[in-house]
Amino acid sequence: MSDPVSALKNASDSTGIVQISEVGPAGMITLRGDLADKALIKAAVAAGGVNLPEQRRINTEGDRGMAWMSPDELLILCPYAEAKDRTADLAAAVAGQFALAVNVSDARVVFELKGPHARDVMAKLAPVDLHPSAFTPGMFRRTRLAQVAAALWMPQEDCFRIVCFRSVAQYVFDLLNVSAMPGSEVNYYG
Amino acid sequence: MSTRLANGGRLLNTDRPLNFTFNGKQMRGYAGDTLASALLANGQMMVGRSFKYHRPRGLVASGAEEPNGLVNLGSEGKFEPNARVTTTELFEGLKAESQNHWPSLEFDVGAINAKLSRFLPAGFYYKMFMYPQAAWKHVYEPIIRKSAGLGKAPQARDDDTYEHFYAFCDVLVIGGGVAGLTAARTAARAGAQVMLVEQTEHWGGRAPVDGGSIDGKPVDNFVEEILSELKSLDNVQLRTRTMGAGVYDHGYVTCYERLRDHAPDTPGPRHRLWRVRAAHVVTATGALERPLSFAGNDIPGVMLASAMRDYVVNYGVSTGDRTVVVTNNDNAYLTAISLKHAGLDVPAILDTRALPQDSELVAQARALGIRILMGHAISSVKGTKRVTGVAICSQAGEGAVLEEIPCDAVAMSGGWSPVVHLWSHCGGKLVWNAEKACFSPDVDNPPKGADGMGFVTTAGSASGVFALDDVLCDAHAAGDGVATTLDFKLPKGDSAPKATRREEAPLMPVWMMPQGASVKLREKAWLDYQNDVKVSDVRLAAQEGFVSVEHTKRYTTLGMATDQGKLSNINGLATLAGALDTDIPSVGTTTFRPPYHPIAMAAIGGEARGDVFQPIRRTPLHNWHEANGAEFEPVGQWRRPYAFKRAGESTHDAVMREVKNTREKLGLLDASTLGKLLVKGPDAGRFLDMLYTNMMSTLKPGKCRYGLMCSENGFLIDDGVVARIDEDTWLCHTTTGGADSIHAHMEEWLQTEWWDWKVHVANLTEQYAQVAVVGPNARTALENLGGMDVSREALGFMEWTDGTLGGFPVRVYRISFSGELSYEIAVEASHGQAFWDALMAVGADLGVMPYGTECLHILRAEKGFIMIGDETDGTVIPQDLGLHWALSKKKDDYLGKRAQARSHMADPNRWKLVGLETVDGSTLPDGAYAVGAGTNENGQRNMIGRVTSTYHSPTLDRGIAMGLVLHGPDRMGEVIDFPGTDGKTYQARIVDPVFYDKEGEKQNV
Repeated sequence: MSDPVSALKNASDSTGIVQISEVGPAGMITLRGDLADKALIKAAVAAGGVNLPEQRRINTEGDRGMAWMSPDELLILCPYAEAKDRTADLAAAVAGQFALAVNVSDARVVFELKGPHARDVMAKLAPVDLHPSAFTPGMFRRTRLAQVAAALWMPQEDCFRIVCFRSVAQYVFDLLNVSAMPGSEVNYYG
Repeated sequence: MSTRLANGGRLLNTDRPLNFTFNGKQMRGYAGDTLASALLANGQMMVGRSFKYHRPRGLVASGAEEPNGLVNLGSEGKFEPNARVTTTELFEGLKAESQNHWPSLEFDVGAINAKLSRFLPAGFYYKMFMYPQAAWKHVYEPIIRKSAGLGKAPQARDDDTYEHFYAFCDVLVIGGGVAGLTAARTAARAGAQVMLVEQTEHWGGRAPVDGGSIDGKPVDNFVEEILSELKSLDNVQLRTRTMGAGVYDHGYVTCYERLRDHAPDTPGPRHRLWRVRAAHVVTATGALERPLSFAGNDIPGVMLASAMRDYVVNYGVSTGDRTVVVTNNDNAYLTAISLKHAGLDVPAILDTRALPQDSELVAQARALGIRILMGHAISSVKGTKRVTGVAICSQAGEGAVLEEIPCDAVAMSGGWSPVVHLWSHCGGKLVWNAEKACFSPDVDNPPKGADGMGFVTTAGSASGVFALDDVLCDAHAAGDGVATTLDFKLPKGDSAPKATRREEAPLMPVWMMPQGASVKLREKAWLDYQNDVKVSDVRLAAQEGFVSVEHTKRYTTLGMATDQGKLSNINGLATLAGALDTDIPSVGTTTFRPPYHPIAMAAIGGEARGDVFQPIRRTPLHNWHEANGAEFEPVGQWRRPYAFKRAGESTHDAVMREVKNTREKLGLLDASTLGKLLVKGPDAGRFLDMLYTNMMSTLKPGKCRYGLMCSENGFLIDDGVVARIDEDTWLCHTTTGGADSIHAHMEEWLQTEWWDWKVHVANLTEQYAQVAVVGPNARTALENLGGMDVSREALGFMEWTDGTLGGFPVRVYRISFSGELSYEIAVEASHGQAFWDALMAVGADLGVMPYGTECLHILRAEKGFIMIGDETDGTVIPQDLGLHWALSKKKDDYLGKRAQARSHMADPNRWKLVGLETVDGSTLPDGAYAVGAGTNENGQRNMIGRVTSTYHSPTLDRGIAMGLVLHGPDRMGEVIDFPGTDGKTYQARIVDPVFYDKEGEKQNV
């Protein structure tokens, strides 16, 4: 079998006010079910390798993590190569329950935005309060970037990770580039 | 002549001269000039022509309210029409051209309209252009379009870029005058996150021009101090060149930042549209001075008193050498005093009032030796392209001339109107303040948020208080009040800045000057300068029965120009009230709509232009298609290959080749765009039985079934193959365009109606690249890849299985949309390209060719398979398409079942699907209608059917089509007529829609 190829083959650009790069392929598993159910939490924690995140938050550790997507949905992050096995384990662990575990690694792409103007660039595209007093590492938002759906979080200060659908990878990459054009600093966050 | 003074100009940097051109003429200004002040400094009083009569127009104002000074700015990709000279900062190399005249500003042929003005009264358009009806399209409209003036439409593509920015704050303060600064500081000191925006590049508003002192200091110093405090605070964001444009529900406000209009050659976006969510909005938008309505008030040289003062104080520019001031209030005396201080002559102040004793400013003016004529007014202004003098009269009379005073400028003031636009955008009500003769915000009826509480507060002059100390108190109170509402607390002892109080005598409302002006004078008294609406027009409208201010506005075009009546509205509605013999509050105002001042359409579009105008969805194989001759077509937001063209081949030839090759050998189709919705849960079967018209719960794991989906109104909305994965899991394929909408449709039913059903839906469309391997050689190709048994016995028609092909983990569906032996193979998207390459390699000896969507359409049409969007258009039900076999009779219900039983749906006269074969083998035009005998009640020929899909079939070498025809299935063999738009009539025979392999043997091998 071939090596997996992410949508833009890890394209990157640093000609603007932030560094933009596609980071992938990345493992992603959608888990839907009752997030109050102990067995489900246990299985999710085992698959994600981190604690269950609270509402609108994400817990990460390196490539691993778990994000709160909705009242009945989690997104589990893991290395791409592990996604299939982990999905199978998870599915087995929640078998018989009203729950769904499915591998969505190939349906999505991940971008990373780095630099002191990262918040500025994100706030041009996403209707989210990104003020440092309102949005900090550990928080997670499902939102939109201009005309497409996306989710975003900050692994650390001055850095964003963005998940969007694979088919619009080029559009999102272009959007980020346009929004990071030289001379477009907003300096809204001090 | 207007000119630059030797002294003055607090905003100028005279060390930086700037060159610019106006109508090709070289001119010079300074950094800090607006285009307006620079034009005046160069003696250019006349800046344009009015819209209707092409009257000479000079500058009237100094800010966003300017109605006349509109120019075409720049050229080529930097061209901008209708740029307002008062809000355009001067920069080196600026090129401006005046508008609305031909051949030149000085000599304009269109000015003949002014001579015809008696024949162009209010409502002229409605009266003149009604009859004959046909003349509108062929005569009137072309002429009006040609003569309709203002800016030219840009020809070149815009060179600039634009962007949006989403900001959130506790308090958004709009307006950076002393009121806005004070309100912002108060709210910030209380701890709120504050954003303060100012439309010009300067802080302080007009208070520094109007003088006085705050906290014992000149206003300029106060502004500097408060600014440096605000800049030092972390919780304050300051933005100049940013206009509060519109206030909308839930504290949503758009602000318009002009980043590079003043520096067009620097890199970066030109405009930024701020989309702000504020917990509370403070509008410190100030007030606008009103013109007075007297004859000749539109002659260049007649200017608002405050504007003339601005030009002298801010830019060191005189409008004229001898200025007559005409006023109904004290404020205009400041202009007379400024002019005197600048060494200019003020021959007289005409004050409509008769004051019992001199107020402070009147006394000051008198002390300067200015002649003050109380109870006096202007009868008419002399001059055409420039003021040459004024004829004066008593305000109380009918305009009998008492004296003529030679002068070259007139400064007028009819009082002040608070800028209530932003207060009113979202429903803030107004009250009439009789004492100040203005509409002020009704504090008891603010725009309300979701909690029923007001979310906009006015501060300063925008509240209807004009004295400096009142302004500061009001602004401080606004900042404090808003902070308190948001649970912030101002430190103890913090109080409003103190200003010296200037006692002013009350204003006298004047809506017509003189009050008994004759018709002749009223016909020369302008209300709306840009659209040429005069006092006489509004009175005529009233006489003709227009009593509503909104109707009068539209009938006369009052306030409908690009300035949206900032100067004309109040005077206009007061005139209407006078003509209707009623009071002003009962006439009311027209509606204030955003934006406050025109903003560029490109700024509203933001980043969405060029490559990112719209998201384009690409499959994992997109790059391969691009490199291999694909001609793309949009399908939803996807781009799918229409055909793969080879060198020297036409698109049609390529399609014909692809069809033939797929029927005879082997074709590959990128089917990745088809929707793949995973439906799982204990109630999934029951759920799908409701969504599809046929049974899905009885499908066995490992099997596939074609299904139809209808809306609750019974219309066919989607189709596709459903595969049962295991006991409680199904995978539903949807059409390419339907993936997202059907996903949403499923979620809607699950979340709103069947919320207690245990079903999860996941959209896996993009998880897989899907390839259709089609044709007699399909099985051989897969066998050559190896890894799993794809024989007829192991994998029958309408079955699926998981396995490995060529080392790739795959799911293989044995389904066919072409009538050939066919496998659809799903592989993870990250391996899609490699899998496609492997198929191309093993297929090389088997005659493999990729094919596009047009080939797909022909293959399915030859088989009589319907296509959502061709055979359906939102009005078609499955019964129309002969799909009764897919409508379960065993089920109690499914979405659309009840609707399909309604009389119109069950009507035997509904057009039904049939095949159509042209008699001569040609191809029917797409969308053609079949005509029957006779005519309908409108005298049109009766229609008996229409073409839904039509192609040239290379397999049959003739035109084939499908269509919906009245009683079609009962009329097999009949020939019907389809008139084309090319003048020919096409004859087609009604036949069975399955043209090829009627028994279905080819797909079942």
